[in-house]
Amino acid sequence: MRDVLVVGIGMSGLTAALRCQEAGLSVTLLAKGVGSTHLAPGTIDVLGYGPDLVESPSQALPRFIDGSPEHPYARIGVDALSRSLEWFGERFDAYRYTGAVDENLLLPTAIGSIKPSALVPESLSAGDLRNGGRFLIVGLRQLKDFFPALVAQNIANAKTPSGAGISARAVQIEPPTNGEPDLSSLAFARRFDEPEFLDAVAKQIGAHLDGDESVGLPAVLGVQHPHEVWTGLQDALGRPVFEIPSLPPSVPGMRLYEILRAQFEAGGGRVVVGAEAVGADTDGDRVTAVRVAAAARIKPYPAGHFVLATGGFGSGAIEMGANWSVREKVFNLPVAGVPEDGNERFGPRYFDAHPLSRAGIRVDDSLRPLDDNGNRVYANVTVVGACLAGSEAWREKSGEGISLSSGYKAAETIVEEQT
Amino acid sequence: MIEDLIRGSLDHCIKCTICESHCPVSRATPLFPGPKYVGPQAERFRTGDTSPDDSLDYCSGCGICTHVCPQGVKVAEINSRARRTLKESKGIRLRDKVIARPSLSAKLATPVAPVANWTLRSKPIRAAIETTAGVDRRAPLPTFAGRTFQKWARKHEGPKLGRSVVYFHGCSANWFEPDLGAKTVAVLEHNGFNVIVPKGQDCCGLPLQSNGLFDDATGYVNRLVAKLAPYAREGYDIVATSTSCGLMLKREAHEILGMESDDLRVVSERMYDICEFLLDLHDRGELKTEMAPLSLKVPYHVPCQQRGHEMGKPALGLFGLIPGLEVVDTQRTCCGIAGTYGLKKEKYDIAMEVGRSLFEDITGMEPELSVCDSETCRWQIEHATEIPSVHPIELLHRSYGL
Repeated sequence: MRDVLVVGIGMSGLTAALRCQEAGLSVTLLAKGVGSTHLAPGTIDVLGYGPDLVESPSQALPRFIDGSPEHPYARIGVDALSRSLEWFGERFDAYRYTGAVDENLLLPTAIGSIKPSALVPESLSAGDLRNGGRFLIVGLRQLKDFFPALVAQNIANAKTPSGAGISARAVQIEPPTNGEPDLSSLAFARRFDEPEFLDAVAKQIGAHLDGDESVGLPAVLGVQHPHEVWTGLQDALGRPVFEIPSLPPSVPGMRLYEILRAQFEAGGGRVVVGAEAVGADTDGDRVTAVRVAAAARIKPYPAGHFVLATGGFGSGAIEMGANWSVREKVFNLPVAGVPEDGNERFGPRYFDAHPLSRAGIRVDDSLRPLDDNGNRVYANVTVVGACLAGSEAWREKSGEGISLSSGYKAAETIVEEQT
Repeated sequence: MIEDLIRGSLDHCIKCTICESHCPVSRATPLFPGPKYVGPQAERFRTGDTSPDDSLDYCSGCGICTHVCPQGVKVAEINSRARRTLKESKGIRLRDKVIARPSLSAKLATPVAPVANWTLRSKPIRAAIETTAGVDRRAPLPTFAGRTFQKWARKHEGPKLGRSVVYFHGCSANWFEPDLGAKTVAVLEHNGFNVIVPKGQDCCGLPLQSNGLFDDATGYVNRLVAKLAPYAREGYDIVATSTSCGLMLKREAHEILGMESDDLRVVSERMYDICEFLLDLHDRGELKTEMAPLSLKVPYHVPCQQRGHEMGKPALGLFGLIPGLEVVDTQRTCCGIAGTYGLKKEKYDIAMEVGRSLFEDITGMEPELSVCDSETCRWQIEHATEIPSVHPIELLHRSYGL
């Protein structure tokens, strides 16, 4: 029997699995498919809005937590959050993450809006707009869904907290291809891994350079060797180069996934992707096994501890039926924060706050799931990531921070109990 | 009905393109636009007997799209079913009908194996086959062993042990790699199993299914499960060393051919990949772990069809029990062969391009051998790397000192 079974292979699941493994536990990581990493920009956003723009997450968090006592950060605590970020930074070798919990960088998004992030891949960091600057935004003609003129115009109009000015212009280049009418971001990333392609692109960009502009490109600068590609392009152009996250699938997200997954497997961790957890066997207040839909059979995966890292509504971990009934699909845990009948569930417009989006699993300070009366449901289950109740991560820009720190803290809970 | 579940899953597609980012074929050739395009998107335009999208024929059926989909869309299954319609509307080539019947060819060739093998190694003859039948002259065809595993099993007298397990050997172990069959029996017997080898096991029909010949495939499945079902009903587990054939009986006959028979259901429920079976034993503390060191560093390739079992990579867990053995998981998606895909003249180069990075990883390590669970993948890898490729059982057999 394995010591730990983690269900879900996004940020929170990968973190919990790696931390438990580092502590010497045998861990299996099980997931329905790959997921959140490939859909997210690969940055670690800790707290971007609370609700005003946050310049320093570490300074803003105590007050934010006071004002949101049901928020996951209130359970996790600033201390565990800071330690998890430090731990995360140490996972990386050549391709590193930069930044800290003390200050947010302001990075351009795929449409040139501005997003606060605490930790970012090195290759994104020169896109920080806090101190203004001059930018050349480069588009690749065969890459759909990235429009350099849109990005340039929007960041030129952006308001920085310091009031520093931003100038930006756009250029579209036509990299050498094999005649394809369009190429995905990943296809481009694979080509950037080849030095000849990088040289050809550098030459084309070089012809457009003017003054001391930093150069921004869609986040496709290599998938196998991103550090070498990024530094190579900086050297060739003699100036800072940065990546701008593009639409999914996200190349920086794939790098993150591959790096963490490879570390986990190299340490003897077992990964089972493509198998959905559909239920659990229990004995009193303990779960004895998670039931998994594998080919031809429902297979029990017994373990000593279980980590629920399946995500929220978006990933199908929590499901709402036609009669508004809400259920968590692996352990059938009580879902807290679902607006009562007659109350508003959704705001009127897409980008409004939606009361339902705060629904999730309520936990205690050890991240054990709680029922409506505040009693622990299971003694050997911890809940992490997007299935936790109390946050509206996409508005707060707190998703990866919650996932990383809760995964980290769940591992601490398990290791403490185990030893 | 299963058809409705498979087709209905396309409504869960959120167009995230994770499947496209993993597809090894669209990466290798612009002729295949990717699983999302020919799968959930084109499927909306497929009605009845019409198929609007010929590029589907370049899908190799590796199945990684279904495996990685975070929304549970059965992309590969949708595409396999659509391929049948496409093939039927175009007419199925004689070549596809022949290469999809390995057991038929093997029955004819085995009595004259030296001649048959010589014929298939002869360059002029292969060139003629390529011209007339469209099987690429360079493609890796297996070598007929000239003897069968069944014949060995009939003579083999194992120790009479307490518990029994059934071995589904498939065409490859029977006709091409009978030693793998014998080693599998030895490993199971060493772990206290009486191994039952039901007589008359024929092809599982998978190559026919891959080539769109669903009715013929269904006939093969029916005949095979009729041989295995009595044992499943007795409560015996069934193990398979052929990953893809095991998967055919576990799920594909049901999900792709749409078969609902009771024989198939009981066989599915009892079917285990050999490594899955052994690792489950180990997790229950029932696998012998006294093993001799193997001072080897070997690359391991997880075959596509193994992912369809939804069981992770059990061979890695078993390799971890062998002292001194260093295994490098290549993490590559596909070797390109996909059963019969890479044999075809119009697809051979695509298949070799699909596997190129895998082959480079393997040759770069300069290993004594490489390891892979699936036979057609091993033949492709050997062909491309000129380094022997073995089933994981081979390493266990060695380490047990059997």
